[in-house]
This record gives sequence, structure tokens and C-alpha cells, in this order.
Amino acid sequence: MIRVEDLHRAFGGQRVLRGLTLQVAPGEIMVVIGRSGGGKSVLLKHLLGLLRPDSGRVVVNGTDITHLRGPALDRIRERYGVVFQGGALFDSMSVFDNVAFPLREKTRLRSREITGRVEEKLDQVGLAGMGHKNPAEISGGMRKRVAIARALVTEPEVVFFDEPTTGLDPILVNTIHHLILGMHRKFRFTAVMVSHEIPEIFGIADRVAMLHDGVIVEQGTPDVIQGSANPIVQQFVRGDVEGALRPA
Amino acid sequence: MSEPAAPAPQALPVRLVGTVGAVTLDVMAALGRFGAFLGDAVAHLFIPPFKLRQLLDRIHFIGFRSLTIVILTGAFTGMVLGLQVFLTLSRFGSEAFLGPAVALTLIRELGPVLCALIVTGRAGSALTAEIGIMRISEQIDALTVMALNPTRYLVVPPIVAGLLTFPLMTALFDVVGIFGGYLVSVELLGLSSGTYFGEMQNFVDMTDIMTGFWKALSFGVIVSWVCTYKGFHCGHGAEGVARATTQAVVLSSVLILVWDYFLGSVLP
Ligand SMILES: Nc1ncnc2c1ncn2[C@@H]1O[C@H](COP(=O)(O)OP(=O)(O)O)[C@@H](O)[C@H]1O
Ligand SMILES: [Mg+2]
Repeated sequence: MIRVEDLHRAFGGQRVLRGLTLQVAPGEIMVVIGRSGGGKSVLLKHLLGLLRPDSGRVVVNGTDITHLRGPALDRIRERYGVVFQGGALFDSMSVFDNVAFPLREKTRLRSREITGRVEEKLDQVGLAGMGHKNPAEISGGMRKRVAIARALVTEPEVVFFDEPTTGLDPILVNTIHHLILGMHRKFRFTAVMVSHEIPEIFGIADRVAMLHDGVIVEQGTPDVIQGSANPIVQQFVRGDVEGALRPA
Repeated sequence: MSEPAAPAPQALPVRLVGTVGAVTLDVMAALGRFGAFLGDAVAHLFIPPFKLRQLLDRIHFIGFRSLTIVILTGAFTGMVLGLQVFLTLSRFGSEAFLGPAVALTLIRELGPVLCALIVTGRAGSALTAEIGIMRISEQIDALTVMALNPTRYLVVPPIVAGLLTFPLMTALFDVVGIFGGYLVSVELLGLSSGTYFGEMQNFVDMTDIMTGFWKALSFGVIVSWVCTYKGFHCGHGAEGVARATTQAVVLSSVLILVWDYFLGSVLP
């Protein structure tokens, strides 16, 4: 379980998170929506221990990770899988080596077993036979799928997705959502996903939280969000130009 | 939502002292980070697991791929030295000392410094750019959240590779340079080959070679330390990487020259 309590974080004078509170239950898919530049990636980086808050706490499975560092933090991260916004594939390695990397570095599996697992994962994301390619040679959609394969190959308990479908065509968006949903059914990980993909995410989220002005202004099941009386949420969900939200 | 009230305006001297203080604190903090970065890397030199594959890759990258340019500049430096020193010494009729003059200049001074400057331009800049791109494309974050220490993978290997390859490249530079000097003075200008090499043996001793060695060794650390640090702490976007690369080359070069002067004055 992940609990975020009253998180504050500013960069210079810019207050990005302003007392954000959020809970993610074990095994659920929590989707965080909100405007570009609203601080969704910053929130994820706090959950990953990559950024430290000015005040507030992040608690993962009962451990307060806010001030944790070194091996203690690594023990939490060993249960994580992360899909970064740009994929963050290692461009000095082939697709296969990217997916194999966490297994090679973090486990004592034999090379035959690693090959088997990596090929299985690449197959699951629809990239069988692409292992020899370089990340630079493949399309954006493929890169995202490689990143998903790499994040899931260690069978993590918690998986973070930062805009896994942004910039992809509608068919690929649905493909990747199906992929995530299928993997979730199989492995029952907890998922925290940042996305703008409305209305598609309502089909895969267990709960949705809307981040606005540094706080969660509304959260609940997809039905609750879609029926929200909050004008900000309403406008965001409908994508209206006019309303409480102004173009940034 | 209330904005914090602006501080009351203060007298000019007060603001001046405040600004100087703030700048000093910034500089001190940056120096502290710079030192802590090396400290962290040194600590990971002794904590397994060691990343042998990355180390070999960096030795290849910093050392092997610089060989052509090191040989080329070494040869021309030696040839220029041979020519200029010959012209100077012949005015005093003491061409016999050309060999030791070329050798001592190369071994004590020009070999380590020029070699380090050239490798900074060739490999150091690329090192900064590579790590900088890994930073802005979140590859370093990816390593971190895999519970793998980026220092171990990205900083320790280049520093060890610098330690190993700089003395070797400098030695190569010196040897090629000495033969460059030979080519000009003996083959072109007619000095006897016995004089060139014979006097060299009389005048160059082990302390000279060790001076060059210590210089090369420390330049290896300086270049890899500065270049990995700048890549690691680069700003946003392509512009951030570009600026980090420039800063890495400039700072490495300046530190090489300053440290060279310092070592030159403390070593025998
Ligand atoms: N490391 C950083 N340094 C300074 N400002 C940052 C940093 N990371 C994010 N920001 C700022 O925080 C704001 C939120 O960014 P982000 O979380 O990336 O937005 P998004 O919701 O689109 O993911 C942006 O205005 C960005 O400029
Ligand atoms: Mg983002």
C-alpha cells in the first residue's frame, strides 16, 4: 500500500505540490490525471524516492521512505517496476539487453533462464524477434512496449507508468492499455499510472485521482470521476476550452 | 492563497554583503558537491560488485580510441620541438644537448599536459555528453529505481580507466615524440644519432619519469572526474547537455594546467 501525506514540493519559487494526499490500495490500478506541467511526474518521482519533499511523507507498505536512502531505499525499489515518460531505455544496449539488464544485474539466474524470460516478456508485449534491434531504430510505440517489458520482467509488486501512451496513435493506445490490463490480471501488481488518455483510462482504472494546483481535487472510481460535480474535473474530462481551467 | 510579502528594501551595502555571501555559499556548496561526488566514487572503488565489462568498455573508449590522435600529436610535438630546440641550441653551439632537451620537455611537461588536453577534447567531451543524455532521458533515474547505483556503473569505470590509460597514453606520446625529434634532428638536420640518444641517457633519470607519471595519473582522475560530474549534473534539454560539455572541457583544461604548475613546483 502506498500512502502520500500532505506532500509539499517547490522548485525555486514555483510551488508544484501543495499538500497532496493520496492512498493507493494493494492490487489496484490508480490513474492520476491532470494537466501537463501540473506535477504528475514530480509526484511519481517522490514515490520512487528520486525527489525529496519539502514537507510531508511517503509511506510504502508501512515504511516511511521520505528520508530513506542507500540500501534501505533500494530494498523498497527492488519491488518496483517503472515505465518512464520517455521509456528511458539504455541506448547503448539492444532491446534484448535492455529487458535482460535488471535480471542480469539483480538476480542470480542462469543465462539460459534469463533468455527464456526475456523472450517470453518480449512476446507478451508483441515484440518477439525484435530483441537484436537498437532502441534508436524502433518506433515510439515499440520503445514504450520495451520499457513495459523491462519494468515487468522482474515481476514487481508495484508498477509505475508515466504517460505510457502519450503521443501514440489510438490503436496503439488501446493495445498498450490492453497489455497493461492483461499483465495486471496475470501478476496482480499495484499500479500507479499517470495519463491524459480520456476516456480510455476509465476502462482500465480501478480508481482515478485528479491532480490540480498541487493537490488531489477529486478521486474515486471512474464513475465517480465522470459524474463529478467539481467544475474543474468536469471540464478536464470533457476537454472544454471554456471553464475554470485556463490554458497554461 | 497568499503570496509571501516582499522583504523591505535594504540599504545598498547591506544588499551587497548579502549578495557576496549568497554567491560564496553557492560556490562552497558546488565545491562540496564536486568533492562529495569523487568521494562517493572512491568509496565505490572498494565496494563490490565491480563492473568489469563497463571498465573494459571505458578503457576502450578513453584509451584505445584515442591512440591515433595521441600518436599524431605526439609525433608532431616531437618534430616541432626537435626543430625549434635545434635552432636555439645551434646558436650556442650546443646541439649535443638536443636529445635530453627534447626528452626532458616531453617527459616532464608536454607529454602529460598535451596528452591530457587532447584526450579531454576527444574522450572527455564525449563522456560528458553521453552521461548528460542519460540524465535528461531519465536513464540515470532508471538505473536508480532498479536499485542499481549509477555511480558504480557510470562514474567508477571512467575514473579507473583514466587512472590506467593516461600514464600509458602519456608514455606512448613521449616515445613517439622523442622519435619525432629524432626524425627532424638526425634525419633532416644531420645530428648524429649517437649524440641524440647517448646524451639522453646521461641526463634523463627516474625522477623525471616519475614526475611525468604522477602528472599523467592525476590528470586521468581530473579529466574523468570533471567530465562525469558535469554530465551527471547537467541541466535540462539539449542545451543543458551542450553547456555541460563545454564546461567540462573548459574546467578540465584549466584544472590540468593549474595542477600541472602545482605538481611541477612540488615534485622534484
Ligand atoms: N527537477 C526540476 N527542477 C525544476 N523544476 C522542475 C523539475 N521537475 C519538474 N519541474 C517543474 O515542475 C512542474 C511540473 O512538472 P511535471 O511533474 O513534469 O509535470 P507533468 O504533470 O506534465 O508530469 C513543471 O512546471 C516543471 O517545470
Ligand atoms: Mg510528466
